[in-house]
Amino acid sequence: MEDMNLNAPHSMGTTIIGVTYAGGVILGADSRTSTGMYVANRASDKITQLDDNIYLCRSGSAADTQIISDYVRYFLHQHTIQQGQPATVKVASNLIRLLSYQNKSMLQAGMIVGGWDKHEGGQIYSIPLGGTILKQPFAIGGSGSSYLYGFFDQAWKEEMTKEEAESLVVKAVSLAIARDGASGGVVRTVTINADGVTRKFYPGDSLPLWHDEVVAHNSFLDILAGSSSPEPMST
Amino acid sequence: MQNLMGSPMEMELERTLYPYVTGSSVLAIKYKYGILMAADTGGSYGSTLRFKDIQRIKTIGKHSLLGAGGEISDFQEILKYLDELIVYDNMWDDGNSLGPKELHNYLARVMYDRRNKFNPLWNSLVLAGIKNGEKYLGVVTMLGVHYKDNYVATGFGNYLAVPILRKEWRDDLSIEEAMKILEKCMRILLYRDRSSINKYQIAEITDIEATIFSPYSLKTFWGFSAFKEPAKSAEGSW
Repeated sequence: MEDMNLNAPHSMGTTIIGVTYAGGVILGADSRTSTGMYVANRASDKITQLDDNIYLCRSGSAADTQIISDYVRYFLHQHTIQQGQPATVKVASNLIRLLSYQNKSMLQAGMIVGGWDKHEGGQIYSIPLGGTILKQPFAIGGSGSSYLYGFFDQAWKEEMTKEEAESLVVKAVSLAIARDGASGGVVRTVTINADGVTRKFYPGDSLPLWHDEVVAHNSFLDILAGSSSPEPMST
Repeated sequence: MQNLMGSPMEMELERTLYPYVTGSSVLAIKYKYGILMAADTGGSYGSTLRFKDIQRIKTIGKHSLLGAGGEISDFQEILKYLDELIVYDNMWDDGNSLGPKELHNYLARVMYDRRNKFNPLWNSLVLAGIKNGEKYLGVVTMLGVHYKDNYVATGFGNYLAVPILRKEWRDDLSIEEAMKILEKCMRILLYRDRSSINKYQIAEITDIEATIFSPYSLKTFWGFSAFKEPAKSAEGSW
């Protein structure tokens, strides 16, 4: 533990997920940003807005994905002015791909684009390292995703309701956080459909407990006393 | 920023990169009336079988099919530029159109040029087509090696499929015979190539049209008695 490598580049170990459902898409992510072994930010927001109706899940180098999303947000803004109508999810995804592919030797960015437009409805595009672009009914990414391939193979269904899809995403990120040291913190979700965009926040204590995890307490003294504790003070 | 020619606009030392999302073997065989091509729909990410519905065979213009193994992002880029080539060709509006031979040559030049700059497109390409009744089947690798033959395979297929194709190919195969030979090879690759998956796309090109069929899977056989009772003939055998 001598060298915690506190000067390592900020990387988002991460678990990111994008899922289509009957009316739109749901994007989900954890909130841990690490610098080597140190957690630089325990409540980061990895789901970034590119346009009113299009969001980006970021994994890999924090710096790389931030600058890519800044550029694409700027390009999309111009594109919207020129077109006179909102940009499509396909265009946003291909702009991300262009930057990713053309700078592949320098970038470490695995991204998932999700959004809703009136032409094609809800869509999810995966853009892993190297700049491949793939349209998928659902996508997972980041180091935590290794633990979710089996889970999604079993749990994924076409045409889920919004509630089913949301609980699937939250369950999945929560499972990944349980096993991936590089993922942690809270679960954030963003739901995008014809009616607009909704952000949700699931703090650690609201998530289900998995194998070998135990109920949280304020203090062992409460357990000894055998009674439930009052609400903690907020500062 | 780069174009297909691989030369960066600024003075920058580009080195050979490594592939991230890769496709496995591509097989192709000439039969009496055309050419059959087959590839699985998998995209590996290192040892993880990450993507399972990638189309690795595409039609190019009216006369050709292009199948690719190797880095998928480079294949997607090649398709974009071939698209542009075909559009420019159509713009001449002179009744002529780029055939498989021209496309094969173009790709060979591009791949070799990128290799010389130490910035390869990390693909093995299979180009199949028919123009004016003449069948054409060729390969281009990431090193710029290119050749044509009556049957080809890339990747693991070079080692496992080509010997079978060599033994069983004939000049006047029916489509059913050709399909059976390809499927025999695909099944062996499924058993023995770790990066293969059991989900394939067959593509067919004849003088009339090119078709890429929907994905399907092959049955596999595990019923050998030696598989069921491995310790029977040699105790503690593995």
